[in-house]
Amino acid sequence: MLEHLELFFRSIFVDNMVFAVFLGMCSYLAVSKKVSTAVGLGAAVIFVLGVTVPLNWLLDKYLLQDGALVWLGPEYADYDLSFLSFILFIATIATMVQLVEIVVEKFSPSLYNSLGIFLPLIAVNCAILGGSLFMQTREIPNIGLALNYGISSGIGWFLAILAIAAIREKIRYSNVPAPLRGLGITFIITGLMGIGFQSFGGMLTGDNEPPEDEQNTTVETQEEKEIKKEIDDKEKAVSYNDAINK
Amino acid sequence: MALLSKKDANLIKDPLADNNPITIQVLGICSALAITAELKASVVMAISVLFVLGVGNVVISLIRNMIPSKIRIIVQLVVVASLVIIVDQVLKAFAYELSKTLSVFVGLIITNCIIMGRFEAFALGNGPWRSFLDGIGNALGYGVILVIVGFFRELLGSGTLFGIKVLGDPVTKTGLYSIGYENNGFMIIPPAALIVVGIIIWVQRSRNRALIEEA
Repeated sequence: MLEHLELFFRSIFVDNMVFAVFLGMCSYLAVSKKVSTAVGLGAAVIFVLGVTVPLNWLLDKYLLQDGALVWLGPEYADYDLSFLSFILFIATIATMVQLVEIVVEKFSPSLYNSLGIFLPLIAVNCAILGGSLFMQTREIPNIGLALNYGISSGIGWFLAILAIAAIREKIRYSNVPAPLRGLGITFIITGLMGIGFQSFGGMLTGDNEPPEDEQNTTVETQEEKEIKKEIDDKEKAVSYNDAINK
Repeated sequence: MALLSKKDANLIKDPLADNNPITIQVLGICSALAITAELKASVVMAISVLFVLGVGNVVISLIRNMIPSKIRIIVQLVVVASLVIIVDQVLKAFAYELSKTLSVFVGLIITNCIIMGRFEAFALGNGPWRSFLDGIGNALGYGVILVIVGFFRELLGSGTLFGIKVLGDPVTKTGLYSIGYENNGFMIIPPAALIVVGIIIWVQRSRNRALIEEA
């Protein structure tokens, strides 16, 4: 339970997809002009990450890793197919995205209408492939954690795009120097937010300590909630000031 | 440039400045930022993308009349993924340390939007030679930004270039450090890359006001 909790918060805040490793920046910049579309894309990313990371974990475990084919018989124990991971992962992702699109269209037309245009975009979103590749390099031990990792990094991405979309909606009323308008200022804001997220770095130290400090973790999560609230408040204050200045 | 007609030359020149993939088209930012803390990694990344985009554009252009348009995305992904596997294996064989530094970002060339973007926008509608030039041009435009960002981040952050201590030794206090200069640790952390790119965009758009976005 504790490791789940730790992975959850680590992937959302410490290793945030956007602010720590810059994944999914293309769609993050392109689709963050309005909060409503950002929410749609963010939800789709959570969903697809939650599906593809565990699937690719299975592929990695039973097909790609060094010696993974041993279940076929002892003579296959020497095979190492890990050089195929890129092509298999991206194939899984492209297929899953297509499948998810069909299923969602059939069973929930309203969700399809809100996610519809974003789903095909997601196949080439680096956050999705990145999630699977990080899952592989970090050697996540079991499928439960893989599912957790997929969903929580999706949530991290969702939070990031939601925050930047909200800021961009507000910043439209501010007096940004003309050459910085649009893309430039978005980059710089993202950089500043990234620096803010760096402060979560110390949140989850004590990696390999025995589970007895479960209490500690809850305290930490509370702290982190407070920090987040503080940041939110600051952001609110900033946009409020902007509005006043205007 | 006697080899190239003027139109062809523009295919290479445009992406270097006024139609730069990173600062103007906003493509391929994902992998561009994370690996620019060192100049060496940036250069290797730029060369990898140059290879993948140059060859990939030619391949797609050669088979463009055979691809059913419904499954073209998958076909493109397969072409890129195969090329990226080659790059990855070469790096692992000849520059293992570096391939560790780049870690997943080599794999992420697959989903680098520049590549899919150029396939879709150019290679599907043009002959192999022009596609090749277009691929090279865009990859160079991408590489230029990567190298600029890598240059500033490594110089200001660690005081080195390609690992060579150009500003003197911070421990023994030689060179610039003897007069009290300090490395700016801020440039090493990932978000600094975003701010550097933001400043590049600012400079570029101040110089060429036609590029300024309508708010």
